Amino acid sequence: MLSIRNLHATVDGRPILKGLSLEIAAGEVHAIMGPNGSGKSTLSYVLAGRDGYEITAGEVVFKGRDLLELEPEERAGEGVFLALQYPVEIPGISNLTFLKAALNAIRSYRGEAPLDAMAFLKLSREKARLLEMDDKLLQRAVNVGFSGGEKKRNEIFQMAMLEPALAILDETDSGLDIDALKIVSAGVNRLRAPDRAILMITHYQRLLSDIVPDRVHVLADGRIVASGGKELALELEQKGYAGLGIKDNAAAA
Amino acid sequence: MARLDDSAGHYRALYDTAKAGLPGLGLDWLERLRAEAIERFAATGFPTARTEAWKYTNLQRLARTTARLAPAGRVDAARLAPWTLGDEAARLVFVNGRHDPELSRLPALPAGIEVTTLGRTLDADGDSLRDRLGRQVALDERRLAALNTAFMTDGIVLRLRAGVTVPGPIHVFHIATGDAAPFMVPPRNLILAEAGSAATVVESFVDAGGGAYWTNAVTEIAVGANADIRHVRVQAEGREAHHVGLVEVRVERAGCYRALLLSTGALVARNEYHVILDGEGAEAEIDGASLLDGRRHADATTVIEHRKPHGRSRQVFKNVVDETARAVFQGRVLVAVDAQKTNAHQLSRSLLLAPGAQADAKPELQIFADDVKCSHGSTVGALDATALFYLRSRGIDAPTARALLIEAFVTELIEDWPTGAVRDHIGAVLRSALRREPGGTGPAA
Ligand SMILES: Nc1ncnc2c1ncn2[C@@H]1O[C@H](COP(=O)(O)OP(=O)(O)O)[C@@H](O)[C@H]1O
Ligand SMILES: [Mg+2]
Repeated sequence: MLSIRNLHATVDGRPILKGLSLEIAAGEVHAIMGPNGSGKSTLSYVLAGRDGYEITAGEVVFKGRDLLELEPEERAGEGVFLALQYPVEIPGISNLTFLKAALNAIRSYRGEAPLDAMAFLKLSREKARLLEMDDKLLQRAVNVGFSGGEKKRNEIFQMAMLEPALAILDETDSGLDIDALKIVSAGVNRLRAPDRAILMITHYQRLLSDIVPDRVHVLADGRIVASGGKELALELEQKGYAGLGIKDNAAAA
Repeated sequence: MARLDDSAGHYRALYDTAKAGLPGLGLDWLERLRAEAIERFAATGFPTARTEAWKYTNLQRLARTTARLAPAGRVDAARLAPWTLGDEAARLVFVNGRHDPELSRLPALPAGIEVTTLGRTLDADGDSLRDRLGRQVALDERRLAALNTAFMTDGIVLRLRAGVTVPGPIHVFHIATGDAAPFMVPPRNLILAEAGSAATVVESFVDAGGGAYWTNAVTEIAVGANADIRHVRVQAEGREAHHVGLVEVRVERAGCYRALLLSTGALVARNEYHVILDGEGAEAEIDGASLLDGRRHADATTVIEHRKPHGRSRQVFKNVVDETARAVFQGRVLVAVDAQKTNAHQLSRSLLLAPGAQADAKPELQIFADDVKCSHGSTVGALDATALFYLRSRGIDAPTARALLIEAFVTELIEDWPTGAVRDHIGAVLRSALRREPGGTGPAA
């Protein structure tokens, strides 16, 4: 479903991704772990199409299409979804207005009729209930005044509404307490399907015991330096990055 | 001091020819008021950039224009339709500054609510305005208001007896039309709200093909104790027009004046509010939005004087400026030595959509009391790139995402307004202006 081959990307002329390759097949869940500053968020932004990243080499093919030539909204239309590490606050636009615009834009991209107000409301109530989101949060301006955990849960709520083919979760588990983590994990697990793929960026093995990955990769200094099964996450947890011979910028910082 | 224009001489001569045709002829007090006013104007002429209060807004082009007094004009009722709001308790239409009874609607209103027009009142019952009209305008300080006073012809007179509430918004249309430009329209309104009364007044300044005319409007408002007046001004005039508007307000004990200004500018527009909180616990809220494109210029200037204790004032101004337009906000808050426990906040935020767009903000706090809470803030910036990416990453295309963010930036202003016809109307006007609908700035027909 997703092939990243020898990807090089720079920010302000500074190389961040330095030859990253990764293959994710439909139906799989992959986890990426790695020290702070290794380029995990950069990878997620490059995949979602954020401005400010220059691709200097390599390619990304998603469902047979060159992903990098698409605008961010076209990628969303094709089924790419990024749950941001730091969700953005948007004063003046309610969560539901935002989601309705998003859902119907994606439906329109796919040549589907827009959902009417009733159907949309029904769907959003149903998904909110699954994620135990307070109805009040749906009416409030997007992420404004939300706690850290509420913001992360809101990302997963959006994901549940938009039902992407490829979900990229950038440290969605950070800042969540145990209960919230359970709810979010359940939300992600519900999305698992033979025609979908999930790429989880995380620091913690904890998440991976709830959402069991098919593959675990270690990203360091802009490259995948180790790949393995779910036991790799456990090994990392026990030995640390240093134990695997990887320099941990976070520890040094 | 040499002046480049002879606006003083021009308008003095215009006054001499026009005065016999102005309403209220034969009222001594009014003749004295008009004569004093034209002299006050003639002594100084148009303000120049040398005057601090006018340093951002240049009227020299207008000053060099030899405008005549607006001739009678006619507009089609259909022209009003897009601007009409639901539930109007009354609609008064002034075409080129003169009341048009055919376009107006004045149903019977509950006792204690008197809605009339200035022209007719001056002619029929002029002395009833003797101690009220012009009382709140300092002719020596507001020279364009002095010019208005010399020529004032028509407008609304709203008198509210103690305790009455007007059952719906009163809509005052000012429409300019015709090919007789350059001409001056001098609307003059008077709102007298006795203790405990309440009303919402919506004024719309609309250009129906008036060309290079200028509006010189003055509204005097007296808000009695515990009275509650909401005052919306929709100022949407053409690319050749000038607009100078002054709203003079006095609020008594625990009274409240709330204003909302929506300006899409003109070639040059200046909307000025001068509010005196003259009783304990008096309140003022002035919010404004300027949505500007092309070469439009809009200046919102406010002066709020806190004279008594426990007063509260709040101002939020938002500008969305595109192309080479320019928005100005000047906000002065004065807190007198007696006005302890005053709470005064002011915020101006500008969104610049193009490299040539400009926004200036000049907050000014002069505080003579020591136990007060006052603040001001101002921001100028482009659309938030992170927010834009966030919306696009959810499938919303770039133009729609941009429009949503701009709309959100502006509509935050009306979040606290009570739901209903006025709020719906304001929302529609805002959205329509942001969409730049053809024919200018009116809501979709
Ligand atoms: N917008 C940016 N401007 C400058 N440097 C950036 C920017 N985004 C990321 N970087 C740098 O790129 C490197 C990788 O960052 P990031 O992808 O956020 O790492 P991670 O998510 O793995 O912690 C870091 O050194 C960071 O400082
Ligand atoms: Mg990161």
